[in-house]
Amino acid sequence: MAEPAPAPPHESAWLHVAGAAPYIDDLPERADCLHAAIAQASVAHGRLTKIDIAPALALPGVVAVMLAKDVPGINDCAPIVAGDPILAVDEIVYAGQAVAAVAATSLDAARRAASRIKIAIEPMPAIVTVDRALAVGSFLTPSQTMTKGDAADGLARAPRRLEGTLRLGGQDHFYLEGQVAMALPREGGDMLVLSSTQHPTEIQHLVAKALGRGFKDVVCEVRRMGGGFGGKETQAAQTACIAALLAWKTGRAVKLRLDRDVDMTLTGKRHDFRIDWQIGFDDAGRISAWSVDLAARGGCSVDLTDPVVDRAMFHADNAYYLEHARIAGHRCRTHTVSNTAFRGFGGPQGMCAIEYAIDEVARALGKDALDVRLANLYGHGSRDVTPYHQRIKDNILPELMRALETSSDYRNRRRAIAAWNAAHPWLKKGLALTPAKFGISFTNTFLNQAGALVHVYTDGTVQVSHGGTEMGQGLNTKIAQVVASAFALDFDRVKVTATVTDKVPNTSATAASAGTDLNGKAAADAADKIKRRLIAFGAEHFKVPPDRIRFTAQGIEVGTRRLTFAELVGQAYMARVQLWDSGFYATPEIHFDRERQRGNPFYYFAYGAACSEALIDVLTGESRILRADLLHDVGNSINPAIDLGQIEGGYIQGLGWLTAEELWWDPAGRLRTHAPSTYKIPTARDLPEDFRVAFWPEANHADTIHRSKAVGEPPLMLAISAWLAIKDAVAATAEHRLSPQLDAPATPERVLLAIEDLKRRAKLPAEARS
Amino acid sequence: MTRPIRFLLGDAEVSEAAAPPTLTLLRYLRERRGLVGTKEGCAEGDCGACTVAIAEPRDGRLAYKAVNACIHFLPAVDGKQVIPIESLGGDHPLQRAMVAHHGSQCGFCTPGFVMSLFALYHRPGRHDDKAIKDMLAGNLCRCTGYRPILDAARDALGEPRRDRFDEAETATLARLETMRGEPPLDYAAAGGRYVAPRSADQLATVLAAHPEARLVGGATDVGLWVTKEMRELPLLVSTAEVEDMAYVRLAGDRLEIGAAATYAGAVEALSALHVDWRLLLRRLGSEQIRAVGTIGGNIANGSPIGDTMPPLIALGASLMLRKGGTRRSLALEDFYLGYRKTALAPGEFVEAIHLTLPPAHRRFAVHKLAKRFDQDISSVLGAFAFDVESGRVVRARLAFGGMAAVPKRAIAAETALTGQPFERAAIEQAMEALGRDFQPLDDHRASAAYRLTAARNLLLKAWLELQGGDSIRIHGHG
Ligand SMILES: Cc1cc2nc3c(=O)[nH]c(=O)nc-3n(C[C@H](O)[C@H](O)[C@H](O)COP(=O)(O)OP(=O)(O)OC[C@H]3O[C@@H](n4cnc5c(N)ncnc54)[C@H](O)[C@@H]3O)c2cc1C
Ligand code: FES
Ligand code: FES
Repeated sequence: MAEPAPAPPHESAWLHVAGAAPYIDDLPERADCLHAAIAQASVAHGRLTKIDIAPALALPGVVAVMLAKDVPGINDCAPIVAGDPILAVDEIVYAGQAVAAVAATSLDAARRAASRIKIAIEPMPAIVTVDRALAVGSFLTPSQTMTKGDAADGLARAPRRLEGTLRLGGQDHFYLEGQVAMALPREGGDMLVLSSTQHPTEIQHLVAKALGRGFKDVVCEVRRMGGGFGGKETQAAQTACIAALLAWKTGRAVKLRLDRDVDMTLTGKRHDFRIDWQIGFDDAGRISAWSVDLAARGGCSVDLTDPVVDRAMFHADNAYYLEHARIAGHRCRTHTVSNTAFRGFGGPQGMCAIEYAIDEVARALGKDALDVRLANLYGHGSRDVTPYHQRIKDNILPELMRALETSSDYRNRRRAIAAWNAAHPWLKKGLALTPAKFGISFTNTFLNQAGALVHVYTDGTVQVSHGGTEMGQGLNTKIAQVVASAFALDFDRVKVTATVTDKVPNTSATAASAGTDLNGKAAADAADKIKRRLIAFGAEHFKVPPDRIRFTAQGIEVGTRRLTFAELVGQAYMARVQLWDSGFYATPEIHFDRERQRGNPFYYFAYGAACSEALIDVLTGESRILRADLLHDVGNSINPAIDLGQIEGGYIQGLGWLTAEELWWDPAGRLRTHAPSTYKIPTARDLPEDFRVAFWPEANHADTIHRSKAVGEPPLMLAISAWLAIKDAVAATAEHRLSPQLDAPATPERVLLAIEDLKRRAKLPAEARS
Repeated sequence: MTRPIRFLLGDAEVSEAAAPPTLTLLRYLRERRGLVGTKEGCAEGDCGACTVAIAEPRDGRLAYKAVNACIHFLPAVDGKQVIPIESLGGDHPLQRAMVAHHGSQCGFCTPGFVMSLFALYHRPGRHDDKAIKDMLAGNLCRCTGYRPILDAARDALGEPRRDRFDEAETATLARLETMRGEPPLDYAAAGGRYVAPRSADQLATVLAAHPEARLVGGATDVGLWVTKEMRELPLLVSTAEVEDMAYVRLAGDRLEIGAAATYAGAVEALSALHVDWRLLLRRLGSEQIRAVGTIGGNIANGSPIGDTMPPLIALGASLMLRKGGTRRSLALEDFYLGYRKTALAPGEFVEAIHLTLPPAHRRFAVHKLAKRFDQDISSVLGAFAFDVESGRVVRARLAFGGMAAVPKRAIAAETALTGQPFERAAIEQAMEALGRDFQPLDDHRASAAYRLTAARNLLLKAWLELQGGDSIRIHGHG
């Protein structure tokens, strides 16, 4: 047997390229299968006065219409705090909210019928924006404040102070496969739900509750998703519940696949934030005090807004030691879709706050922003306590930043860009190098657990089931590698099955970048148990000491004998040795007291830094990233190709968020960018022409699976460098004498208006310019 | 006489007589053929997940194009070979390269990427990075960040390129020729009808007899009426097979463009007039859109943000309109009566666009502004034609998209320029005057303030570039 290949391709790669990897909509439909569609409200806030379903029922092919009152169990698909009715009851709280669902014999009939349902709504005043919510005190849950030292005092004593307001837009997940579920009634009213979800356990629970049944009566299965990014953590539930309710009502299989426009108006997105900040520092650029109010548009319900804003607060220090810090998080209730998890989970917004402020500090001092960043990084052994009082023990940023500064040729390029800008009045370049430090673990400690099931079959092939879900991130590939390496098997001897709630129960969502950390450890635990049994069996059977049994790529060495894995397990089976087992893992050492905002919420941190160079058009505001150098910390990579894909994909997704993708609500609270025609994610051309990615060569200090590090989310935040490089280029239009205000996304419009604003300010007397 | 739709699906000959005429190729493949490798990501032509290749005879060879199956009506494949991902068999060089370079993560976009690259694979010549990115501008991937896909493309598109489709070319051509021996398609099923005349005369006759018919070119607008608006279109008459309306030709001092010419078909002739046409058309939609979308459709659709109209207006284009045997000529700028309202009479259609070749002293520029460089609808588009003699502007035609309810000339700005030296001061006067020409809209694409500022700056930019020197576009002319 050969050494396991260092970077096997994604377990489904050959199926993907052949179009032979089925997603839910591709699966054969049962003969009785119905298609479903949703009727949505078109106003942001109002009282539901009448729903006339007769025109829908009159259409040929329509089998059933479902309203809130028809739900046999609990009409709520909220993950934590109730408040997400599957179908609207009497109040409409956002434009796009689901009011009724139709099942029909064809997709066309279902969609046509849904469009004919007459929904009468008595409109009420709507709170659409964060500003409005703050003004009227509309919050989902109480605000939280994290404190270290005394920020007010620190600010008062600081030699210099700056303050500002920053707005960061939200982001649609734009997973290429939209939300979809197929519900298949089974005997005795049981239900099998195939769902494109990151959280099959939650689908199981919510479907059971909606049907008024026990969790034992519902099974949820996920083979793969066509992308998730957090958008299928809680947001898959409504689609699954509606399919299941219609299946219950009709006794037939029901498939609900959302049209893209419906998906984008119905489901939650990344939170947009208003950030009010104050920073105190000295002439050297050392920060002494940081006070920030992070206000998120939570939308119409709590969903995951609490932990999202928590994570924004946990990352409002990013990489910097803050002697005095006050970090407040506000969860605004608005009459818009309920915002949710999205890669980074609030972390990026928190980081943007301090990175932006540091950029302002540097401009105020006339320093290079990199120097201000380096001067404020967390230290080793001192200056290492976060605002939530966790001590950082694995900091590598000072070394990593210096390494990137050198490898990206930052200083020379800074000079070259200045010269270039002096010669080019209509195009400007900008440069920024920013770090990212991302805390790994669910901040809700109990979620940090996972289970797995490993089956060794008598031919020596292995099946693994675990609680995580495959959404493209390569989790199943990595888990297969982990189990293969435990038995020293070839990668293709191990198959990871679909995730099914009847195999591994009570799972957490595949989220928080923790999929491999948690499920990998659980799978390794299961494999280890079997391995130990095999060793015990071998020792006894072949009469050798256990330490003479070794699993190698060439087979199993038993003393001087060599067997194949299949031979060993075959003999073990005959000797009635259990060849399958379960594994479990709970992350150690973590705890957090949310009341006091203190604790050790993170098992470790993932680090990275990026240097981006931007080019802008002074007359149009268009921008482009010319070069990006990324240096990222993945620990000991289990699969470098997959990790590289996460880093590159994360950066580009972050680039889209911060520079291009714009969610635009009209004043009445209707989202008008609800399709790829109006909502523009990056294309291949937006990839920096010169794109260099390197891994930081150091194992994880924490005892993670193979000493690897989580990689799903952190690289997204490397794109902050791109946004601030654009800001740098905008500042160049005023020869860096003034600092521009540049909210995100930095669309051509925002960039041009920022340039115009600089022009206007340049004409003002000096005191009035800031 | 109605007849079934006949085409090749991969290698298999298909005769389809039951599918409704407005059934999309995507749904046909997925729902009626069980070919589920082709995905739906948006059903509006914007994500490329549904991309399939279509091969058809051209000049004795097979010409391949990538199309968005999600908005492609099934009857439009009559007489052609449809190649969905399944036809590649799983071991095509492109597929091997995608695996080798880790080009798929979730895999949902992957078949579409493979099929776009497949169309490029079958296009002769070397394909540099720009060609690859142009080809992929209509394919979205949310996972990979594209680098591995580009690497796979570079790898697989090296020469020599030959696959089993090349091996079978002669046989495929022969089979398609036989199919094309059939009379023009007149297809009726499930209460709908689709007629695809092959000459302008036939088209005129059908339309005169059925003024209620809906014309369709590439269906890059009309397709969405079906997939997004669920509109019923009982009678469609296609221009896609009208051979004598697909020309782009020089006739004396005139460039004549048949209304059924696709963007892809017209790009070379228009670019010969001015390089900005190439840059504009490269950004209009995607390869998939440009392969089928027609200039006639763009004009007739009458969107205020349609891209070809402002430059055509700036160049003084006129339309040849035809109803039955009667033709009339109308200046393009007079064709638009109001928001999406045109001067077309019932039964009348656009037959051709006529463009007098620009005189030597004409300076011309087009600038498109959108949130994204690739495949995005313009927020503002400015097209500028300055006739400059002895340093003076003798005539200026400035036309904008996105600034009013219709594509429109900026008369006040033109007046401000006319007779003035072609210098910055006059340009600034004209920029000022644009505020009198337009009160643009605030919407999700751009605010009124941005539109007006940007429109002014585009005029300045055009002038600056016409002074010579380096390109001042972030993507250059390349
Ligand atoms: C993803 C995507 C991207 C796009 N990007 C752009 C873009 O960047 N810029 C841009 O300008 N447009 C864009 N469009 C819009 C569209 O491509 C154009 O308007 C296209 O030119 C329409 O041509 P068609 O042949 O497809 O028209 P169709 O959809 O077939 O028809 C459009 C309209 O024109 C009528 N019509 C067609 N031919 C004639 C004729 N000869 N005489 C009279 N009436 C006729 C039809 O009846 C219909 O009303 C995009 C569309 C999509 C789906
Ligand atoms: S499905 Fe998105 S382009 Fe066709
Ligand atoms: S691999 Fe997921 S969208 Fe491209």
